[in-house]
Parts: sequence; structure tokens; C-alpha cells
Amino acid sequence: MADLSTNFSGIKSPNPFWLASGPPTNCGEQVMRAFDAGWGGAVWKTLGEPIVNVSSRLAAVDYKGQKMTGLNNIELITDRPLESNFKEIYEVKKRYSDHAVVASLMVESKEEWKEIIQRAEDAGADGLELNFGCPHGMCERGMGSSVGQEPKVLELITSWVMEYAQTPVLVKLTPNTGDIVVPGIAAVNGGANGISLINTVKSIIGVNLDTLVPLPGVGGQSTNGGYCGPAVKPIALYMLSALAREPKINIPISGIGGISTWQDAAEFLALGATNVQVCTAVMHYGYRIVEDLNDGLNNYLDDKGMVSVSELIGKAADNVTDWGDLDLNYGVVPKINEDTCIGCQLCYIACLDGGHQCIHTRQSLCWAHHGESDHGVNPRIEPGPAETHNIGTTPVHVPFVDEDECIGCNLCSLICPVPGCITMEEIPHAKGRESWNERIAKGLR
Amino acid sequence: MKMNYQLTENRLETKFHDVKPLYSVSEAEIEANRCLFCFEPPCIKACPTEIDIPGFIRKIASGNIRGSAETIFRSNILGTSTSRVCPVEESCSGACVYNDLDNKPIQIGRLQRFATHKAMELEIKTDRPLFLPSEAVDKKVALIGAGPASLSCAAYLALEGVQSIIYEKNNLPGGLNTTGVAPYKLMAEDALDEVQWLSKYGVQIQTGIEIGQDFTLSQLLDENDAVFLGIGLGQDTFPGIKGEDLDNVWGATELIKKIKNDSNFELPIEVKKVVIIGGGNTAIDISRELAILGVSEVDIVYRRTENVMPGYKHELIHAREYGVRLLESYIPKEILKGSDGRLQLLTQKTNSSTESIHNADWIVMAIGQLKFAGEIIPELDLDDSGCVIVDETTKETSIQNLFAGGDCINGGKEVVNAVADGRDAAHAMLKNWGIYPVNSNLKNREQ
Ligand SMILES: Cc1cc2nc3c(=O)[nH]c(=O)nc-3n(C[C@H](O)[C@H](O)[C@H](O)COP(=O)(O)OP(=O)(O)OC[C@H]3O[C@@H](n4cnc5c(N)ncnc54)[C@H](O)[C@@H]3O)c2cc1C
Ligand SMILES: Cc1cc2nc3c(=O)[nH]c(=O)nc-3n(C[C@H](O)[C@H](O)[C@H](O)COP(=O)(O)O)c2cc1C
Ligand code: SF4
Repeated sequence: MADLSTNFSGIKSPNPFWLASGPPTNCGEQVMRAFDAGWGGAVWKTLGEPIVNVSSRLAAVDYKGQKMTGLNNIELITDRPLESNFKEIYEVKKRYSDHAVVASLMVESKEEWKEIIQRAEDAGADGLELNFGCPHGMCERGMGSSVGQEPKVLELITSWVMEYAQTPVLVKLTPNTGDIVVPGIAAVNGGANGISLINTVKSIIGVNLDTLVPLPGVGGQSTNGGYCGPAVKPIALYMLSALAREPKINIPISGIGGISTWQDAAEFLALGATNVQVCTAVMHYGYRIVEDLNDGLNNYLDDKGMVSVSELIGKAADNVTDWGDLDLNYGVVPKINEDTCIGCQLCYIACLDGGHQCIHTRQSLCWAHHGESDHGVNPRIEPGPAETHNIGTTPVHVPFVDEDECIGCNLCSLICPVPGCITMEEIPHAKGRESWNERIAKGLR
Repeated sequence: MKMNYQLTENRLETKFHDVKPLYSVSEAEIEANRCLFCFEPPCIKACPTEIDIPGFIRKIASGNIRGSAETIFRSNILGTSTSRVCPVEESCSGACVYNDLDNKPIQIGRLQRFATHKAMELEIKTDRPLFLPSEAVDKKVALIGAGPASLSCAAYLALEGVQSIIYEKNNLPGGLNTTGVAPYKLMAEDALDEVQWLSKYGVQIQTGIEIGQDFTLSQLLDENDAVFLGIGLGQDTFPGIKGEDLDNVWGATELIKKIKNDSNFELPIEVKKVVIIGGGNTAIDISRELAILGVSEVDIVYRRTENVMPGYKHELIHAREYGVRLLESYIPKEILKGSDGRLQLLTQKTNSSTESIHNADWIVMAIGQLKFAGEIIPELDLDDSGCVIVDETTKETSIQNLFAGGDCINGGKEVVNAVADGRDAAHAMLKNWGIYPVNSNLKNREQ
């Protein structure tokens, strides 16, 4: 049993799984049920001057039979009285002293920040998260992502908050910006104790082609919303790693965006997150998913011989580098397993039309050479065994690879429907390592 | 404790193919991702052991195979064999919400087999056991019969540090998993592998010991803190008609045991036609087994009609795929020996005086098995049909500290019912001793 407990800038929790600010953390009753289910912490639904919400609010992308691979929302911050929220935070903390409760806040003036911070801390919040990320509605009122997109404003408001806050402060960043490192450094300069990212990605999720109203519809109209769920994970992973690699950012990062399994979480931790937050996956399946998050992460750490989650944090971060530092002499080529190949020829057509014309079949050999381009579609090598077995009475045509022509892009192995059939294998090279930066340093190009 | 049970190679059962083979990794992944992860789903309610089915399937999908198997075993320690022998079409998969969408239900048994099988491989590969049995406590339980009921009870006790010894009269443990279940679902060697796996967690078994002969019940009650009765059912019952003692008239479970365990047993080539008498799953099983083994004509003779038959519809459909015929509304009257030396079954049509003769090389009686608990423990309270009466929750019998489960209390249901009984009895004993089970889930997960 690995030790899953975490300490985020002084905010302790029994495991690295926190609920992100959103509908799952709307009220105390929910947060208590979540803690009972096994969540380590919760960032409360953003608190501020209560607003009026619209209906409907959500729309989703379904992808090939999987529901809600991406979710879009136009919900604002809490629509419940601040008084009730603070009372519930107090009740939760009274009952769950070992769990982390972080108050997400969003107000405008310095005076308002002062007041709301005091009330949140009086209620017993273990920390504060500044919502500088909401990309819809609130930004039109000069808050949310309109702060996150202006580093100077972000730094100023953060420094106001630091004047008053007694508990650790996280700045939640918006991904809707050119270079995520810039607001990240602004948060550090403003004195923040931690960063959380990402909030949602500005989006229009689709259009109802019958009514010609984009989704989600509000009385025949719509507006842009914020995108989240499994679809945004790669964006979040990149932004996390960009911050983790930046030496000026020396505060812990809470990873958010598209996490639904322990494997997703482990990837965030490996790229440098100290803990993770989840919203959409809970909206899809409920708090109960945390059981496998804890169990799966624990089993993974045990398998890897790691005794605590802190051993995993940042383990993959150093393996991210600039393109210019990659080894130009490294190479891989596909190996097609003739016994498991089912002869679908998807790799052949992918490489022919979308790759570099290096996979061939026996039948393709009769094709004419394409003039005098640098390489043609006819292989320079002898064809491999074309038919190794039958499906029913029909022989399977196993394609083969012209390794001399292959540029090692991975495409064929990515589209192959048979697990383990196409593997990319390293080709040994005698030349030794050389990167583009090294070439430039030698005066080469 | 290392146990070694030898099975010989030339058993007829090795000629059968697995009807639901182990999923490949990609098959399991695709099927697992199809699960909707319903909340409080009907599949769990349809499982007598109440495995958290969507929970273990989600763990397959997330690649947490170890966790998936633990989820299964905490509710059903015989999750490996039940994944293969359970009539899932009637239970969990039959309740899957996809049926309501006119969609193929989730193949729960096959996913369960995948998770338990892969986890056992991982256990060996990583040298990390799935469970850490609790430290020994000063309690001792004797169990009678090494079938699924006792194995489950003993395992859940052993996992909490209770010394558990099973006495089995047969020379092989496993009960009907080893001797009775159709080989195209589970072979004897798979049943024995499962027993071997349980022994790793402290279940002890002494074979070749018959309670009532070698020990008495009162001896066991004196020497142990509790005793569990898991003796199942007895010999095949016969209808009591003239000629039933002729050669080539078999009891169904007797014949099945020979097919599964006996290396000297062969099906004579002269046996071209077999008539089976009965209408339950045992009748259907033996009909299909004989048809697969090459008997060209197999007829099931049933005294009532197909729609009231206790055998499962899906089982009958599969038997018919092998050419098995069901003859409805025939009442067996007498067995005669014809002049050609073959058997003749004389029947009468229900509600009519029409008589027929059915020629057969063999006749197999599959009308039930003897309830014999009263024979070895005369003072035990039984119901009218001869089943042991137990408390519904604790499974305690009319004799204090004597618990019972499985076929001997329900008259013959499924392996999974026996597993549930064994587990519930273990929990009741632990509760009596103030021990909270840390390695298993309580019923209804009321923790
Ligand atoms: C032919 C057949 C096919 C079946 N197929 C299936 C199936 O596909 N799926 C399914 O779920 N269920 C099936 N069942 C039912 C299932 O096998 C039983 O419900 C289950 O095995 C009951 O478990 P048990 O532990 O109560 O009894 P058993 O499995 O019968 O085990 C009882 C054990 O006790 C031993 N014993 C008896 N008396 C004594 C004594 N005095 N001293 C010591 N030991 C003793 C016996 O030798 C035996 O090993 C089938 C049953 C039959 C007969
Ligand atoms: C309906 C909805 C409401 C949200 N409300 C808030 C909010 O009030 N404050 C906030 O900081 N983030 C809010 N978020 C963003 C989430 O906290 C989170 O950053 C984002 O959804 C990405 O994580 P996910 O992919 O796990 O959902 C909301 C998201 C959704 C879907
Ligand atoms: S999920 Fe609940 S709140 Fe949302 S539309 Fe349905 S019933 Fe209403």
C-alpha cells in the first residue's frame, strides 16, 4: 500500500484527488458525500456576488459511441447566497478535518477581495483558489479569464489577495492565452502559493442543424462556452509541463483537465502536478469513480515499487524538452507481425496517401513508378511473404515495409486495429546523438 | 499449504472445447468500455453474491486488473469458476439495461473471467498476492464437503485468520465444479487450479474422509468453534419403474463424473442412441455432452411441456444446435430389454392412454439427486423435501454452531448460490466472535 497522502503548499489531503470547482462542489451536502466516497479534497463552486444563470447550460460531443468525450458549459459562478455557502463550508470542515476544502473566489474590487477572503477563512477553508479562468459570461464583466489573459492585472489582484490571505492561495489559470508561462510567472510574482490549471477552453461545441442554433440553446440563441472533459486533456498536459519546466515557476501545480481515470491522473503527476482536480468525469459518473482512482493509482505505485505518490511527481517532466534538443539520428521503423495481421490494409493506404509511400502489398507492385520524384511507390526491396494465413477461405494479404524509405512517423502503428501487430522498433545507428541545436552550434543547418 | 491433485490425461472431458474462451486484451477492453457504469444497477441485484459489477468492469477499462479482481473476490471468492459456470443469461447479463435497448447485454461472465484470470497471472508475475490474510486468531472451523459452499466459507474465514479445515469424502476437492459442471464451461483441472489458489490463502483440505464414517458430527462440534455443512446432494434418484436396474441405465451425475474424471471411461461406439429422462439443466447438460461426444441420436424425454421445463431456455437452444430432441409429455412406465439386446423405454403420453416404445442403447436418469443430510445427521431439522433448514441471514441450522449452505439447503441451485451461502455463514461466525471481516464485503455492502 503506497502512501497517497499529499501536501499542497501546506494544504493536506489523504490523497491527491480533489474535486474541481463546479457543479459537483455546489453545496455542503454534495462535498460531504464526495468525501465519504473517497475524495481527498474539494474546491468549492466559485463564490462571488451571486449571479443569475441561464437554462440550458451544457452541451457535449459524443465520439463514436462514447458519450460526452467533450463537455461545454455556459454556467457562471455560484447562484446561491454567500451566507449559505460559508455556513456549509464551516459544517464540512467541522466534520471532515482531514480533508481539504478550498474556497474558489471571484470578485472585482480590492475591498470585495478583502471581505470575501476573510469570510472564507473564517468559515474554515484550508486555502483559496482565485478563479481567473472562466471564459464565458464572467469575463464580459471584467472577471475570470479577462483577468487571466492580462498578466499585469493578474499579478496585481494576486498581490491584493496575498495582503489579506492567511491560508495558501492558488491561482487558477485559463488556457485561453498565447503563452501559458506568462500568466504563470505573473502568479508567482504576485506571491501565489500554487497554480491550478486548466480552466475551460473557449468553445462553440456544435450547431443544431435543424434549428440552426448553436449549442447549448437558450431560447433560440447561444453563446461561446468553456470546453472540458477527456478531449482537453492533451492541452492541459502540455500547459502543465510548460509551467513545470519553467525555472521561475517554483510553486506547486494542481493539474486539471480531462482526468477520468487513475492513468490520466498518473500522467499529470508524472509531468509535475502535485495533485489533480476532476470535474467532468464526476458529472458523468458520480463521486464513486474515486474508488478506482485511488485503487488504481495505489496498485500502479506498488507495481512500480514507489512507496508514496510524491515519488511519481515530476518523474516524466525532465523527459520533455525543446524540439531543438531532440536526437536527429534516432529512428524507428514498423515491424508488422505476419501472424496476427488481419489483412485490412489500413496501414498500406494510410502510408500511401497520408504517409510516405513505404508500405507495400504484393498487388501494389504492378503500379508504375512515379516519374523521377525522390522516391516512388514501388519498393526497392523484395516483397515479404504476402499470404501467411487465411480468414475463412480468403488469404490474408500481409503488407510489408520498405524500411529504407520509411521515415518512422508511427502513423501505421497508430491506425492498426490489431493490438501489438505493428510495433515501432528502434533502428541502431552508428552516428551518435546529434540535435538541431548541436548542429547550429557547429555552424551546420 | 501445497496440495497436489492428479488428474489423468485421457479423460473424455478433454475432448470438449471451451464455449466462451478467455477474451483477448482488446476484446476485453472493447467490451468493458461498452458498460454504461449504471448506478445501483440491475446486474448487481441479479447476482446472488452481489459483486460490484460496473465497478470491476470500470477497472478493467482503466487497466487496473488487480483492483478489478479484488472487487470480484471480495464478494465472490470463487469468481474464477463462477465467471465460467454461472448462467449469466439468466442472472447478471440477463438483467443488463442494454436488453431494454434491444442491444447485446454486457458479457459480464467473460469480463469476470478475464479479470480474475489476468490477476492470477499478475499475482505470479509480480510475486504480490491479491490478499493479505489477517493474523491468526484463536478460532477453528471444520467444514464438511469441499464443494463451492465450503470452499467459499473456508476461504473467507481463512482470510480473517481463522483455521479452516475441509473434510471431503471424494479423492478430489471442488465438489460438482470438479465432478459435474459441463466440461465446455469448466474442466476439472480448472476447478482444481482454483482450489489450489484458495489453499494459498490458508484453506486446508483433507480428501478421502467421510463425515459419518471417519468422524462423527459431534466429534467435529466438540473440537471446533463451528462446523459448516456443505455436502451438496447425493446420488441420482431413479423414478422407481420396472427395469431401471438393468445394465446401461445410468444416473446422470454418475455418468457425467465418469466423463469428467475417469481416464478409463470411454463411450462405446455401439452407443448410437441415448434417451435421457428429465427436464432440468442436468438433463440438458448430459444430452449436449453425449451429442458432442458423437452419439448420433439423443432424445430428452420429459413428462411435461417445454414452457414449464425447469432447464434454462438458452441451454436447450444450445443442446438443440447439436441435434438433441426434446420429446414433451411422455411419462416413463417401464424399461425392457429388446430381443436385439438394446433397451426399450415404454412411455405413456400425459392425459392419454397412448403408449410408445423408445429404443435406446443407453438410458440416463436425470430427474434429481438424493437429499441425504438427514442420513448423516438424523437430529437435524429438515423441510418436507429434505433440505436443511437454516436461518436466512446467518445460515445457522437447528443445531447450535452448525452452519450449512449450498445445494443441501436449497435443494440444488447454482454454484454462485453456494458461494453466497458460504460467505454469509463465514460472516455470521465472525460476527459471533466479534471479528470484522477486512478482506470481504458484507452482504448488501452494509458496512
Ligand atoms: C450435472 C450438473 C451440472 C451443473 N452445472 C452447473 C453450472 O453450469 N453452473 C452452476 O452454477 N451450477 C451448476 N450446477 C449446480 C452446482 O454444481 C451446485 O449448485 C453446486 O456445486 C453446489 O455446491 P455445494 O458446495 O453445495 O455442493 P457440491 O458441489 O455438491 O459439493 C459437496 C461436496 O461434499 C462432499 N460430501 C458429501 N457428503 C460428504 C460427507 N459425508 N463427508 C465429506 N464430504 C462429503 C461431496 O463429495 C462433494 O464434493 C450443476 C449441477 C449438476 C449436478
Ligand atoms: C458546468 C461547469 C461549471 C464550472 N464552474 C466552474 C467554476 O465555478 N469555477 C471554476 O474555477 N471552474 C469551473 N469549471 C471548470 C472546472 O473546474 C475545470 O477546470 C474544467 O472543467 C476542466 O476539468 P475537467 O475536464 O475535469 O472537467 C466548471 C466546469 C463545468 C463543466
Ligand atoms: S441533470 Fe438534473 S438539473 Fe440537469 S436537466 Fe437533468 S434533471 Fe435537470
